[in-house]
Amino acid sequence: MFSEGFTAGAYLIAAILFIRGLKKLQSPVTARRGNRLAAIGMLLAIVATLFSQQILTPAEMIGGLAVGGFLGAVMAKRVKMTGMPELVAAFNGFGGLASALVAGAEIARIVEEGGGFGDPRGHTGAYLSILVGMVTFSGSFIAFLKLSGKMTGNPIQFTGRYLVLATCTAAAVGSIVWIFVGGDMVSLIMILAGLSLILGILLVLPIGGADMPVIVAFLNALSGLAAAATGFVLSNTVLIISGALVGASGIMLTRVMCVAMNRRLWHVLVGGFGGDSDDSSDGAKQLEDGRTITSTTPDDTAILLSYARKVIIVPGYGLAVAQAQHQVRELADVLQEHGVEVKYAIHPVAGRMPGHMNVLLAEANVPYDSLFEMDDINHEFESTDVALVVGANDVVNPAARHDQTSPIYGMPILNVDQAKTVIFLKRSMRPGYSGVQNLLFFEPNTRMLFGDAKDSVTDLVTEVKAV
Amino acid sequence: MLPYTTFFVLSMFIGREVLSKVPQTLHTPLMSGSNAISGITIIGALVSAGMVGGVWAKWIGVIALIAATINVVGGFMVTDRMLEMFKKKPQNV
Repeated sequence: MFSEGFTAGAYLIAAILFIRGLKKLQSPVTARRGNRLAAIGMLLAIVATLFSQQILTPAEMIGGLAVGGFLGAVMAKRVKMTGMPELVAAFNGFGGLASALVAGAEIARIVEEGGGFGDPRGHTGAYLSILVGMVTFSGSFIAFLKLSGKMTGNPIQFTGRYLVLATCTAAAVGSIVWIFVGGDMVSLIMILAGLSLILGILLVLPIGGADMPVIVAFLNALSGLAAAATGFVLSNTVLIISGALVGASGIMLTRVMCVAMNRRLWHVLVGGFGGDSDDSSDGAKQLEDGRTITSTTPDDTAILLSYARKVIIVPGYGLAVAQAQHQVRELADVLQEHGVEVKYAIHPVAGRMPGHMNVLLAEANVPYDSLFEMDDINHEFESTDVALVVGANDVVNPAARHDQTSPIYGMPILNVDQAKTVIFLKRSMRPGYSGVQNLLFFEPNTRMLFGDAKDSVTDLVTEVKAV
Repeated sequence: MLPYTTFFVLSMFIGREVLSKVPQTLHTPLMSGSNAISGITIIGALVSAGMVGGVWAKWIGVIALIAATINVVGGFMVTDRMLEMFKKKPQNV
C-alpha cells in the first residue's frame, strides 16, 4: 500500500522514540513520559507494518492483536505490586516465545513455498532466535512459578544435572552443526526447539530464592537478544536495534545485581544458593559464647524513635511480604511530625527484582526523594540515632564485611551497625535467604522487636502518637 | 549480514550509555518498559500472521502475534501504572 521507504522511515522514527523514551527513564520526573514515547514508537511500528503488508487476511491479524492485547491489559491491571517480579518474568517469557515463533514461521514459510533453503548457514539467525527465545520462554516460566510461590523457591538440584545440562547443550549445538552440513532442516529445528525448552528449565530450576533478582534480569537480557536474532532472520533493523537496547539493559541490570550480591553470574547459574526463608527452622537466640539477644516492646521502641533526631528505615522483602509499606509510611509521617528526620536506605537487592522495593514504597506514597541508594546513605549511619530494619537481614549482616568463611562475605551491605541503636522488626530468629546467622542480633546496641511486621509497625504508630 | 551486525553492536553501546544512568529507584520500570520494547518482534509476527502462503507459517505467526501483543500491551501498561506512583516530596510540609 505504501512504499518501502515509508515503512523504513516509520521504523527509524520508532527506534528513535525507543531511545528517547529509555533516556527519559533517567529521572522519575520524566520517566512516565518516556514510557509513553516508547509506546507511541511501538504503535507507529505496528501501524506501518500493517500498511506496508498486503493485508490479505486481516481477520487473523486483528484477532491476534485483540486476544493478546486483552490478556496483556488484564494482567497489567490485576497484578499487585508485590507480584511485579513474576509478571515481568511472564512477559519476558512471552517475548522470548514470540521471537522464537516468528523465526519458526519464517522457516515454515520457506518450506511451504517449496523454494528450498539455499545455504543453510544463511539461516543462522533463525537457529539462534529459536535457541535463545525458547530458553527465555521455558526459563521465564519456571521463574514465574518460583516467584509466584506455585513452586518451591528452594534450589532444585538433582544428581547428574550437569551431565544432563552438558548433554543438552552439546545436542543443541550439534543439531545446528548438523543443519550446516545438510541435515533435514525441519526435523532438526524441532529438535533444537525441544532441547532449548529443556535447557531453559534446567537453567532456572536450581536457582535459589536469593539469586532470583539476578535471573529475572538475565532473562530480560535474553528476551532482548532473541528479538535481535529475529531481526537478523527478517533483515529488519528496528528489531535488531530494539533487541540490542533491551539486551544491553538486561545485561546492565544483571551486572548491577551481581555486584550488589558479590556474586558472579556463573556462580548464580550453577545455582543452589539460598531458598525460601519461610520453611527453615527457627534460629538460636543464644550464641555458644553466651551472648543473647535483647528483645524490646513497641512502647519502648516508640519512645526511642520519638526522641531520636534522625531515623533511617531499612526495608527488606519481609516488609513486602507483610504488606507493611503503608504502615511504615504512616510511622515515618508521625515521626516527622515529632520533628524526627526520616530517610529510607534501599539495598539494591532489597526486593525480588532490581528496584522492586522502590516501587513498593512508591505505591505507599513514600516520595522517591526520601529513598536513598546504598552508596549515598552508608556514611550517614554514623550520625543516625536509630536504624529501623523492617524485614531485612542479609543486606545488613556485618559478616559480609569481615567473616571470610561466610557465604555472603564481600557482599556490599548497609552499615546499620554504625547507628547508635539498631532495631530489628522480625517475625522470628530465622536466618535470611542466604541461611546465614546474623551476629548483629547479638550486639549490645541491637534490640529485637518480634512479630508480624505490619502489626509491629501499626503498634509503633499508635505508641508514637501517644508519646 | 555485516551491516546488521554493525547495527546490533552500535545499539548495544547506545543502550549501555543511555541506561547506565538510570537510577536504581527506576530499575523495575526500566525492566518492564524495556521488556515491552523487546516485544517489537510483534512486527515480525504481524507479517507472518497476515501471510497467505502456508497454513503452518500463518498459525505459528498468529500464536507469535498473541504472545508478542501480551508482551507489548501488558509491558507498557504495567510500566505506566508503576511510574504513575512515583511522586516527589511535597514542598514545605
